[in-house]
Amino acid sequence: MADFIAWVVVLAIAAYACAGGTDYGAGFWDLLAGGAERGKRPRRLIDHAMAPVWEVNNVWLIFILVIMWTGFPTMFQAVFSAMWLPLALAAVGLVLRGAGFALRKPTRRLAQQRIYGAVFAISSLLTPFFLGAVLGGIASGRVEVGTTASADAWANGTSVLVGLLAIAATAFLGAVFLCSDALRFGADDLVDYFRLRALIAFAAVVVLALIGLPVTHDDARYVWDGLTGGPGLLLIILAAVCGLATVLLVWRRSYDWSRYTSVASVALVVGAWGFAQRPYVLPTSLTVAEAAGADHTLRWLMIVTAIAILLVGPALVLLYRLDTMGELEELTDADTRAARTPGDDL
Amino acid sequence: MLSTAALLANSTPAQLLPARELMAFTLASHILLVPFGVALPFITLLMHHRALRRNDPVALTLARRWSAVMAVQFAVGVVTGTVLSFEFGLLWPGMMGRWGDVFGLGFGIEAWAFFLEAVLIAIYLYGWRRLKPRTHFWLAVPLPLAALMGAFGIIAANSWMNTPQGFRPDALGNPVAVDVRQAIFTPMFGPDYWHFVVAMLLTAGYVVAGVYAVGWLRGRRDRYHRLGFTVPFTVAAILTPVQFMLGDSAARAVFHKQPIKFAATEIVWKTDTHVPEYMFGRLHPDGTISGGLKIPQLDSILAGFSPDTKVTGLSSVAASDRPTATQATIAHWAFDIMVTVGSVLILLALWYGWCWLRRRDLPRSRWFFRCAAIAGVACLVTVECGWITTEVGRQPWIVYQHMRVSEAVTGTRAGSLWAMLGLVMVVYVAVFGSFLAVVLKMRTRWRIADEGLAAARGELPPETDTPYGPRSEPEPTTGAEPGGSDRTSGGAS
Repeated sequence: MADFIAWVVVLAIAAYACAGGTDYGAGFWDLLAGGAERGKRPRRLIDHAMAPVWEVNNVWLIFILVIMWTGFPTMFQAVFSAMWLPLALAAVGLVLRGAGFALRKPTRRLAQQRIYGAVFAISSLLTPFFLGAVLGGIASGRVEVGTTASADAWANGTSVLVGLLAIAATAFLGAVFLCSDALRFGADDLVDYFRLRALIAFAAVVVLALIGLPVTHDDARYVWDGLTGGPGLLLIILAAVCGLATVLLVWRRSYDWSRYTSVASVALVVGAWGFAQRPYVLPTSLTVAEAAGADHTLRWLMIVTAIAILLVGPALVLLYRLDTMGELEELTDADTRAARTPGDDL
Repeated sequence: MLSTAALLANSTPAQLLPARELMAFTLASHILLVPFGVALPFITLLMHHRALRRNDPVALTLARRWSAVMAVQFAVGVVTGTVLSFEFGLLWPGMMGRWGDVFGLGFGIEAWAFFLEAVLIAIYLYGWRRLKPRTHFWLAVPLPLAALMGAFGIIAANSWMNTPQGFRPDALGNPVAVDVRQAIFTPMFGPDYWHFVVAMLLTAGYVVAGVYAVGWLRGRRDRYHRLGFTVPFTVAAILTPVQFMLGDSAARAVFHKQPIKFAATEIVWKTDTHVPEYMFGRLHPDGTISGGLKIPQLDSILAGFSPDTKVTGLSSVAASDRPTATQATIAHWAFDIMVTVGSVLILLALWYGWCWLRRRDLPRSRWFFRCAAIAGVACLVTVECGWITTEVGRQPWIVYQHMRVSEAVTGTRAGSLWAMLGLVMVVYVAVFGSFLAVVLKMRTRWRIADEGLAAARGELPPETDTPYGPRSEPEPTTGAEPGGSDRTSGGAS
């Protein structure tokens, strides 16, 4: 039963990596979109594409935390004690990202949009880095029950590498999705714009992964072994296949399936990490069974999860469907009958 | 507001004070948005329903504008709420590590409810343009229910901290034999939950109505302002007396289940019968009370309907197991402010109800609208006070009588926590300031457009925009001039 809940956590992390990751990636490209004039159209696209879904995608993170502290309280305590600073910074980053994004839209002045946009974009870069660094620290066995907060737990080779990998992967997802979004909104020039970026991001992921092999070999030995053998390796290979398929599809300008393959590649990597870490939640000091909370609670957690999947699943499908069908559009000034005020320049 | 922890600093870890301040600051900020997260969708749907039912363009404009505000408010609420989830681990790892599996399930329900809420609100906020009007409305109808479910989870967790049960402590104090159902439905859950939900509806209602009361006072007495005032104010006015009863029963539940907390909120020092009620006043560490208005016997009567009711006093437990005199005074003041505001609001609601029954119209007095304009702010103050009462009154426990706040606090150095508090304060002030500025700006745009419309009425052909029309030009078609921001010009129509 504890194993089952552990897999729920892994799946939720995969879901957040894919759904939230796409939004972080959009923020990454927002950051690199250039000056106000040059970046106007890509930013508009990013705005349109992200707006209806990013809050929902963010809930996966809350869900991960809740399952962690309910299902594996000791592990939650250990991680949050040892990884204090990166997690605190990630939380601040989350606030800035969401607020920057939400406040940029109703603003009609360039100077203000610049500020909100910069806040959104920069924190879209920092937040996945810190979250990735935390995962890297856990994977390399730097968190044990009773570890106190220290820089070493997250400022080491493996952590930095996983953090960078997280940024690259989100950038890849973001670009792939924005290709399809550009197509959907009829911004044909932006399709190629993001196509190029998707390819570059994928190359970055590959390079970082290759650098990672020697860096993590000794540092995160347990997980390294798990990823290069058994079911972990199988999933990594599948992830690589999906990643390459995405590249091929994007290369050939066929965007029907590219989103699904890109998501699959990221989700499979997270799954592979889940396999590689078995049976530990904190390699190699705390196993799933040792960390598990009370049996009764886990049983109820399963029930609650099952009911919720029945409730939330269809709602999520509906939202994503409406979104991809272009049914979701934000209210314009004309809809709410808003006038311009002196000083508006957009 | 929890700065009294400084008094305990000698016997407690240095990081306790900054950890508390950080939690208090982030929660106090977030809680200001909660009423709107929980209740604004409901109020907006009421207005939306009216718009559809009566084909009322004014109501539709109001519903759309509220949902434009909701879009920003919900986003800020989402991110400030996420911070709180992080803080459970960052600040109170001791509590989560030991008790997470006992009381965490409430959060599990909350997380899923919140999922549903986020999905539905996204569809609602972004569905105005293209969904069929009825489909759009009906897809949003479960939204208030999802919000109620979310509140269920949070209040379950909080009331568990106040009246923990559903487990047995073993020799080391660790919980065994966990029973989740008992842990969710704790004695304080029922009273707290309904008190909270109604408070949220009430607050959102008064705040929204207050916006239009201000417009009314400034002479904009059109149908738009009348409707924008009436719908939320009616919701709030109906609930005000209900809330008074609920609050009373919540206080009595505290009296029975958390006698020491009750003693703190009523600054009762010695266990006794015929206990007087103090309105405000200050408790000193030696048990004396200075200032305040003393009403003989009343506390006993309120607690148990008879002057013979025995009320447990603070001094009945060791000093280390009860709130300090300063904490008790803080909880007492918060409680009294909450009760006072609640009572005054009842008078306001009765005034409104009386005029409505007699004349089917809003009160004519400017004083009514002045009061209504500040009722929203007063309600937000009351929400803060209610929260301070329950949290400060629980001290020094984080899990009532099972774990002290000082045992739960993180081992991170105090310096880091102070630095983080500083950073968070800067970020929050910027975020909330910008949020307020953006919302006020939206209001200005709408007012200018409406004034332009009122001025141009008669000159222009009647409005051709159908409520659910195709995308038109982003520029308003009415004759709104950028310069026409004079506050009162042409407002009355």
